[in-house]
Amino acid sequence: MTEPFVTRGFSGRPRSAGGAKDRIPPGQHEVKDFPVLSAGPTPRIDLAKWELAITGLVNAEAKLSWTEFMALPAEDFTKDISCVTTWTKLDTRWRGVSLDLLLERVELDPRARALVAECYGGYTTNLLLTDVLNGQAFIGYQFDGKPLAPDHGGPARLVVPHLYFWKSAKWIRGLRLVAEDRPGFWESNGYHIRGDPWKEERYSGD
Amino acid sequence: MSALEWQIATVTKIAPETAKVKSFTFNLPAWTQHRAGQHYDIRLTAPDGYRAQRSYLIASAPERAGEIDLTVELVEDGEVSTFLHTAVRVGDGIEVRGPIGGYFVWDAATHGGPLLLVAGGSGVVPMMSMLRHRAAAGATVPVRLLYSSRTYEDVIYRAELDGLAAKGDGLEVFHTLTRSQPSGWTGYARRIDDKMLGEVSGPFGAKALTFICGPTALVEAAATSLEGAGLRTERIKTERFGPSGT
Repeated sequence: MTEPFVTRGFSGRPRSAGGAKDRIPPGQHEVKDFPVLSAGPTPRIDLAKWELAITGLVNAEAKLSWTEFMALPAEDFTKDISCVTTWTKLDTRWRGVSLDLLLERVELDPRARALVAECYGGYTTNLLLTDVLNGQAFIGYQFDGKPLAPDHGGPARLVVPHLYFWKSAKWIRGLRLVAEDRPGFWESNGYHIRGDPWKEERYSGD
Repeated sequence: MSALEWQIATVTKIAPETAKVKSFTFNLPAWTQHRAGQHYDIRLTAPDGYRAQRSYLIASAPERAGEIDLTVELVEDGEVSTFLHTAVRVGDGIEVRGPIGGYFVWDAATHGGPLLLVAGGSGVVPMMSMLRHRAAAGATVPVRLLYSSRTYEDVIYRAELDGLAAKGDGLEVFHTLTRSQPSGWTGYARRIDDKMLGEVSGPFGAKALTFICGPTALVEAAATSLEGAGLRTERIKTERFGPSGT
């Protein structure tokens, strides 16, 4: 379209200068609640059987039990999150273990360029290492000071706050390091391979 | 893959479904056949460039060429739904793009059944697209729809559902009214629970292909219950909306 389209009669909500508005990516709107979106039933995961496996292109594969995972140094994160369904929630408070720390433990094979997050329930999503290293991603197990609820991905989910939230895979059980970035579940179902909200990378081809 | 382009669709019909729900027919200059269960994005742009965008599930059958129906519930404080309900007139141009989504979809020819549909409130919209698709395709896949509404007046597509079920070609519709029931009501009169799901899904056993759409609490409860009753997890597809979801 050459001329920007304007919707007849639409003025939108009152806008204030600066403030939170600058933190809402294009096409998003702020919510105060925390909507739930998943493709299937919520898995119920027994902590005694829970496991996080780090596999693939690493020098030493690792498997962590819940007790071992809890023993890792955790950090608090306050992040803005954006879902492709257009909601953005500001200042969400998490506690979790950074991916830097987890991947350091297994030592990356130099061929590794991406990872596949693998989840209880079968969900997968793909991420470039350049999107998860250097403090950009963590595995969260507390939200707002409480254990992460099952419908929000508990006991633990991947959190990659700078990408659309489908990348923040719920019910995480593994990180598989790979040489090539290949589409995961939603990425094979019409959604963007990377999903940067500030570039509005919602769907394939955006 | 090619980009999903925004296009200016023309509103050709606005039909009230209930007090809070309207269906909008959009004529699409670049129509692509959708799959039942998919959605479109709508984007509103103000003169100063401010934009608001939301996703809406398609209600119409894929067989209807050149246009789609989106059924929109008026959400309290909903910026886009309020605009659509109160300001949009027939003949207006609205920016849309779609169809979107490749998982919560049902094709009569490829997916088959039997089909168990569980809907709460406007969660019935994608189910309607599936049922209209089934009718248009002349499919006779057995379908059981369990549909929860607050009151009789809140039942979306009531007459059309009655008509489709009356054909006796394998579709059965079960209503539950959670808040109030008209006198002589013979359907269910409570929230969806294990017993109700057991009664509705029973004849299909564990082999039903299941779609659940509605408010988060309903979807969580129904999916967990059906899984507990032995339905295979990978055959249960869910679509949820919280207060802010759509």
